[in-house]
Amino acid sequence: MKSPRRPPEPVQVIKQRRDATLRALVSGVPYIQFLGIRFERRGDELTGILPFDQKLIGNPMLPAIHGGVTAAFLEVTAIITLSWTYLWADVESGAIDASGLEEEGLPRLPKTIDISTDYLRSGLPRDAYARARIVRSGRRYASVQVEAWQDNRDRLFASATGHFLMPEKRD
Amino acid sequence: MSSKTQIARQFIEAIPHSKALGMQLTELEDGVAVIEMPYDEKLVGDPETGVIHGGAVSALMDTCCGAAVMAHPENPGGTATIDLRIDYMRAAKPGQRITARATCYHVTRTVAFVRATATDEDTDNPVAAATGAFTVEGRR
Repeated sequence: MKSPRRPPEPVQVIKQRRDATLRALVSGVPYIQFLGIRFERRGDELTGILPFDQKLIGNPMLPAIHGGVTAAFLEVTAIITLSWTYLWADVESGAIDASGLEEEGLPRLPKTIDISTDYLRSGLPRDAYARARIVRSGRRYASVQVEAWQDNRDRLFASATGHFLMPEKRD
Repeated sequence: MSSKTQIARQFIEAIPHSKALGMQLTELEDGVAVIEMPYDEKLVGDPETGVIHGGAVSALMDTCCGAAVMAHPENPGGTATIDLRIDYMRAAKPGQRITARATCYHVTRTVAFVRATATDEDTDNPVAAATGAFTVEGRR
């Protein structure tokens, strides 16, 4: 006999689980906190946000954001998006229990193999945004493309392509 | 030390983000720069192992490569990164300082080409390597 279909979960329950997972992923990394990077979520789509801060300046004469900060912002966005995508199925099925994440810790993060950053314009003293696209993600390796902009979505100030080593599944 | 190198040194030591990461310029001459970055818990990328985030290594590499370009005798002024690729060969040992050494190995009228490596205290096994192209400014 077929069991009756499970009713859909209330939207708050799903949102709470998604947001708690994302929060655990981002707040656990000291360097992300140091740079002040945040993430905004629309469904499964993530946008990295780097609010401008004096300590991010690399050229005080212009002034411009440090190239290293730009590279780091793109790399962080790539890693978080990659982990998020990798965890998504488990978040949706409820296999990841967001309430226990803080204590148990999250699965390991992907490791950067290499990343190549193109500096298209100088980073202005404004907030910056970034989105990553996973070009290919296999069991062991992933290739990710990231774009960053400031005031205009169409005027990128940097883009990057990176390769990452995927974490091994925990038992 | 030439006055140009002196200016480059002052410029690099005044960069707010480099200061925030505790970078120290230890060598700067003829297209070569060496910069050290002490271990700091706020730079950790993997809380489980305490390993420094790749992004912090990128910032160190970028600063060091830019410094090498500014210290090159054929580069009259400032510089900006056009592109920078970083290969991460292994995790840096938690607790150890990271040292980057960059060499600006070729300069044209408009572009400077740079290579760099970063090591922790085990100087025989690099942590990361970088190659990049930088602008040459103040000429044309």
